[in-house]
Amino acid sequence: MTATTLVAPIRENTAGVHARPGLGRLVAVELRKMVDTRAGFWLQVAMVALTVVVVVVRLLVGDRADHTFQPVLDVGLQPSAVLLPILGILLVTSEWSQRSALVTFALVTVRSRVLGAKLIASLLRAVAMLAVSVAIVAVGVLVSSPGVEGTWSDAAPLIGQSAVNLTAGMVVGVALGAILLAPAPAIVLLLALPTSWFAVLSLPVFSDVAPWVDYARGLGQMTEYVMSATQWAQVGTSLVIWMVLPLLIGAWRVTRREVTA
Amino acid sequence: MIHTDGLTKRLGGRTVVSDVTFRCEPGTVTGFLGPNGAGKTTTMRMLVGLSEPDSSHAQVLGGRYRDLPNPGRRVGILLDASAQHAGRRGREALAVSAHTMGVPAQRVDAVLELVGLDEAAARQRVGKYSLGMRQRLGLAHALLGDPEVLILDEPANGLDPEGMRWMRGLLRTFADRGGTVLLSSHLLAEVEAVADRMMIISSGRIRAQGSSAELLTESRTIVEADDLAGLDAALHRAGLPTHPADGDRRLVEAEPEVVARVAMSEGVVLRRLAPAEGAGLERLFFELTTSGTSTPSTRTDSIHLEPRGATA
Repeated sequence: MTATTLVAPIRENTAGVHARPGLGRLVAVELRKMVDTRAGFWLQVAMVALTVVVVVVRLLVGDRADHTFQPVLDVGLQPSAVLLPILGILLVTSEWSQRSALVTFALVTVRSRVLGAKLIASLLRAVAMLAVSVAIVAVGVLVSSPGVEGTWSDAAPLIGQSAVNLTAGMVVGVALGAILLAPAPAIVLLLALPTSWFAVLSLPVFSDVAPWVDYARGLGQMTEYVMSATQWAQVGTSLVIWMVLPLLIGAWRVTRREVTA
Repeated sequence: MIHTDGLTKRLGGRTVVSDVTFRCEPGTVTGFLGPNGAGKTTTMRMLVGLSEPDSSHAQVLGGRYRDLPNPGRRVGILLDASAQHAGRRGREALAVSAHTMGVPAQRVDAVLELVGLDEAAARQRVGKYSLGMRQRLGLAHALLGDPEVLILDEPANGLDPEGMRWMRGLLRTFADRGGTVLLSSHLLAEVEAVADRMMIISSGRIRAQGSSAELLTESRTIVEADDLAGLDAALHRAGLPTHPADGDRRLVEAEPEVVARVAMSEGVVLRRLAPAEGAGLERLFFELTTSGTSTPSTRTDSIHLEPRGATA
């Protein structure tokens, strides 16, 4: 192994030198970045472990007739619903806080493609986490209370709504991360926002508008019951305000900001 | 090939890079010298599109860097060795980039071996790396895509003397095989031995550039003769600026060979002919970079600098 065989502008392997990395590859890279750091890895281990713990605890307490799919799912999705947005925040902000943006944006100069890949990777990760959570919940319910009447009622629409819950929550995380580009303030904002917003909305003046702009409540109800058309419309408007708008602002920030060394 | 023409950048109302024009040709190593904060890093960031110039734009391999479809495969960059996720293992940091640019995984092991990071180091998290190890990882990263151009910001920073010698050999080999190298440093000694060409920047402006031979050549001569009057007259007729020096010597602003020819043609016997000490690039570098906002002194012209931009 000598320098001459490796350091060679006269390259041996010319495949892909002039080929732009495809979006599929960028998404795969972003999925990889979610698990190859210490923080990312343990965050996801924690997600699965906590899901198992809360499902087991939920099935050990209370009446056996109460151990149907819906209430256990409601509890079992909580760890993912809380931690996935944080994973989304870290996926964007670590590029800046760890300064790897210098490498990332030097390799992929069109930054919107990187952000797009992060977004798609986040959606895929949220769906994968949903599958894991639903599997844990289903196994738990089957083991603890087989044959209870109505165990699986509305399972399909509830799973569909849960998918929206987890993916939208994760995208909110990505968006907040992209706006602030620093993990600590983004996580604080993510956790403080729903509560403080709720405090504002509980003023009597806002009682009529509240359901239309409260995304936390809108997402929260998705694991509780099958939603009506009006409720979907309310979730839609609140997500435009709390997910789409921040995402646009964040995209603007990420593509414009100077990458400092 | 790297080419800029009047590159300018303002940050927070201050012009940090002003009218920077240079050219790096294939087969050469160009040293980019200047004190910290002179604008080297900002210039390099503009070369690779991480920072947007306020006027003009840089060309890398005949176009803008950002228009290269897979830039990592053609241009190797080391801008900041610490710009890696601290929680990622060394090998994984390289593997992520190899994945992005479509380089086979074996290449990761090859460059790790090349820069001298062993298996234990490759498995450590980057946060645990010493500065020298980060620098080696950064070099491995720059070489990962088997590029034609290397842009390295302070690559010798944190390397021990043995590491620096190794790096010089690496860059020399790279250039000799047709690669283009631009490396910056705030220490003359780090680039002197390897650079074919040098540019000196201070306060955002290129103060001098030219081939190392030109910049390093001793262009002042100490001369002694029995017939001092005859010598003075001869040098005067030849149009060589002459200054009295210690004893009965003369300091001539010309190379020893030039002085010798003049003396011979005028029949003046010389007792001593020697290059003046403490001159050359080191003095130039010092003069240009220590006084901050100073403009090039007259002495700059006396040591045969090429005019800015007129590079071969």
